[in-house]
Amino acid sequence: MLDLTQAFDVLVIGGGNAGLCAAMTAKRTAPRVLLLESSPEVFRGGNSRHTRDIRYMHDRGNDYATGPYTQEEFWDDLRRVTGGETTEPLARLTIRDSVDLDEWMATHGVRWQRPLAGTLHLARTNLFFLGGGKAMINAYYDTARRLGVEVAYAAEVRQLKVADGAFHFATVSYNGTSHDVRAKAVVVASGGFEANIPWLRKYWGDAADNFVIRGTKYNQGLMLEQLLEQGAKPVGNPREFHAVAVDARAPKFDGGIVTRLDSVPFGIVVNRDAQRFYDEGEDFWPKRYAIWGGLIARQPGQVAYSIGDAKAMGRFMPSVFPAVEAGTLAELARTLGLDPAAVQATVDAFNRSVRPGTFDASQLDDCRSEGLTPPKSHWAVPIDRPPFWAYPLRPGITFTYLGLTVDDCARVIMQDGRPASNIFAAGEVMAGNILGKGYLAGFGLTIGTVFGRIAGREAARHAVS
Amino acid sequence: MPSPELLKETNRQLVICNACRYCEGFCAVFPAMERRRTFSDGDLTYLANLCFDCRACFYACQYAPPHEFAVNVPKVFAELRAETYRDYTWPGILSALYRRGGLTGGLVSLVCVVVALLLVFGLKGPTAVFTAQHGEGAFYRIVPFLAMVLPALGITLYGFAVLMIGAVRFWRSTRGSFVEMLDRGAFWRATQDAFSLRYMRGGGDGCNYPEAAFSHVRRRLHHLVFYGFLLDLAATTVAAIYDHVFGWIAPYPLLSWPVVLGTIGGIMLVIGTSGMLYLKWRSDREPTDREMAAMDVAFLLSLSLTSLTGLLLLAVRETALMGTMLTIHLGLVAALFLTMPYGKFAHLFYRYAALIRNSIEERAAAPAAAGH
Repeated sequence: MLDLTQAFDVLVIGGGNAGLCAAMTAKRTAPRVLLLESSPEVFRGGNSRHTRDIRYMHDRGNDYATGPYTQEEFWDDLRRVTGGETTEPLARLTIRDSVDLDEWMATHGVRWQRPLAGTLHLARTNLFFLGGGKAMINAYYDTARRLGVEVAYAAEVRQLKVADGAFHFATVSYNGTSHDVRAKAVVVASGGFEANIPWLRKYWGDAADNFVIRGTKYNQGLMLEQLLEQGAKPVGNPREFHAVAVDARAPKFDGGIVTRLDSVPFGIVVNRDAQRFYDEGEDFWPKRYAIWGGLIARQPGQVAYSIGDAKAMGRFMPSVFPAVEAGTLAELARTLGLDPAAVQATVDAFNRSVRPGTFDASQLDDCRSEGLTPPKSHWAVPIDRPPFWAYPLRPGITFTYLGLTVDDCARVIMQDGRPASNIFAAGEVMAGNILGKGYLAGFGLTIGTVFGRIAGREAARHAVS
Repeated sequence: MPSPELLKETNRQLVICNACRYCEGFCAVFPAMERRRTFSDGDLTYLANLCFDCRACFYACQYAPPHEFAVNVPKVFAELRAETYRDYTWPGILSALYRRGGLTGGLVSLVCVVVALLLVFGLKGPTAVFTAQHGEGAFYRIVPFLAMVLPALGITLYGFAVLMIGAVRFWRSTRGSFVEMLDRGAFWRATQDAFSLRYMRGGGDGCNYPEAAFSHVRRRLHHLVFYGFLLDLAATTVAAIYDHVFGWIAPYPLLSWPVVLGTIGGIMLVIGTSGMLYLKWRSDREPTDREMAAMDVAFLLSLSLTSLTGLLLLAVRETALMGTMLTIHLGLVAALFLTMPYGKFAHLFYRYAALIRNSIEERAAAPAAAGH
């Protein structure tokens, strides 16, 4: 059993990608590094265990990335998705420092694979880890152990003692008792608060009960809450989160990738009242999937139904739960608990509005509606060939945007604008500095890896100086 | 067909895998899975037999138990393979032998050895058996040539026929045609995959044996067993040619081809089987099926004891112990070949057929993929 009474140089709170990168980096300079993971060993790794790829800057293609992704293109992408809600110096630092991620990760045990089937849009910009995020996390824990990082699982930090902008000790619940763990510097890498339903209720009321949390249930945001209470400066909109449409039958937590649904562009989506509420064919699904969680979160009962017909089956990735199928729309509606007449009326109105065109899923085709509100701009074909199918949808929360403000040394900035001397932050808990809105696939891990390394390096430097 | 509950459970897990696909770089199973949206019973059996049990997908799985999705592909595939071997064998009544693989292997070995000893001691008498034999025909003075060759030939041909029946039944369940089975290109690629144990490389770093860390140890040990076995087969073949073509009668000198090949093969087998048994003993039980594990252990022990007694026979062949050792060795050889069609040896035939099917599918999928 680990001795928590010794004085550590660097304490890392959180055992996901960012925390591991921080711990491995800190261990190079600091002799005593402790990583505390609040989950039991089997569920270690936070949301990183559900990831699969990382975005990074590279000037030319290689065995695993099909072409170059330059600093300027990367920055343009980021500026576009955030609508400017980013801190440019930190964003550019992240992009610049991502240039060696392929080598650095490989030397820390991560193996690559060719882009997964159905991810062509990421083949140039992102690298895929062999076996996905849990395999990456396993490799990192292995490397951390070999480097001599001490790791405690099921070790939850209950209280951070901060005074005069400095960390003193952490009260940790571990192995049935409470310990005060002392360290010269602390790296907070404990994620957002998306799994904390009572916290989400503060902004969303009862609707929060209907949210599905795609990642770990251990992201309670306790460290975030305590640091904000003790004078850290917040960043990001507390009400906002990244959410996608997931199957309503998904588990409440930890459903990960398999519960997402790609069927939306190939049919229509109606709410509980059988009414459409957004253009299902606005753009390619990889560019639009991330808005649907938020859209559904604002519908009555936080539920929606993706409906299509036999023609569309097989046009999208298979998902984990079978479609609800029926020979008639009325029967389908009854199975879903919707008003059959209302569903029929909505489908009829949609079918009447569809203009003839040439269906082509690979481009923004000319199959669109006319005179329909909201319109369906592409891939609109009549829903008329049985069997009809439907998937119930709910908002699946990926992460929250509220976080801790940091500087370019990953130091946590206090409300007086001065950096805390020995408190550093990395990963989702500070991603809001760089990604204040929107999403770029694989970019959360980029921020976590780059800032994990910076935080680890700076915390160790502070500890040994 | 395998039990409906097992097929249903395998299907449940693969539907999750097919929506995730993170593991597609590990082996042939996941790309083959992705070529399908739904899985027939034949598909499931095929995929199970295409699995080389490297376990990389288990340790990489975000849905492994205790996650409520409880995905444990190596375990469910091992269960399905065990049922495949059992259900496609002939005659059906002997399929029960698979169910208690460990017991069957042990009992058959014991019976074979005891019967061989009784016969030899009964027919030759203890005095002859315990007399050191020298020179040409020494072995045959203990066990006559025909008594050695005819049962061995019979047992081997029978085993081969039974396993071919199983392979053909398996092939049919994947809706493969007879012509496809003779596809030379696919056969050649399957042979390369099999002889290199390509899918025991996992994604490049090997299998997760005995536990979560990647290692090439299992593939290397398996190579020792397989190529050791081939060397011993070669030794026997060369010896047969010596005997029939040249009229040179065993035992052969230490530096003759049969003895050299046989000895190297035997040593490889002893090291390989002991190593694999050690790995099995140390390995994580969670991604394992008990029935398959018993089958594995029985087969490895049988191979191990056979090669060990073969080496011992070489060591004592000039002494009074030769007769006893020869009889024990021949008893174990008989048991090994008798249990072959009803034990783990069957994996050779089913995996080979699965590799051929995979090779045919890969070729069919390649031009389509390039066109997108």
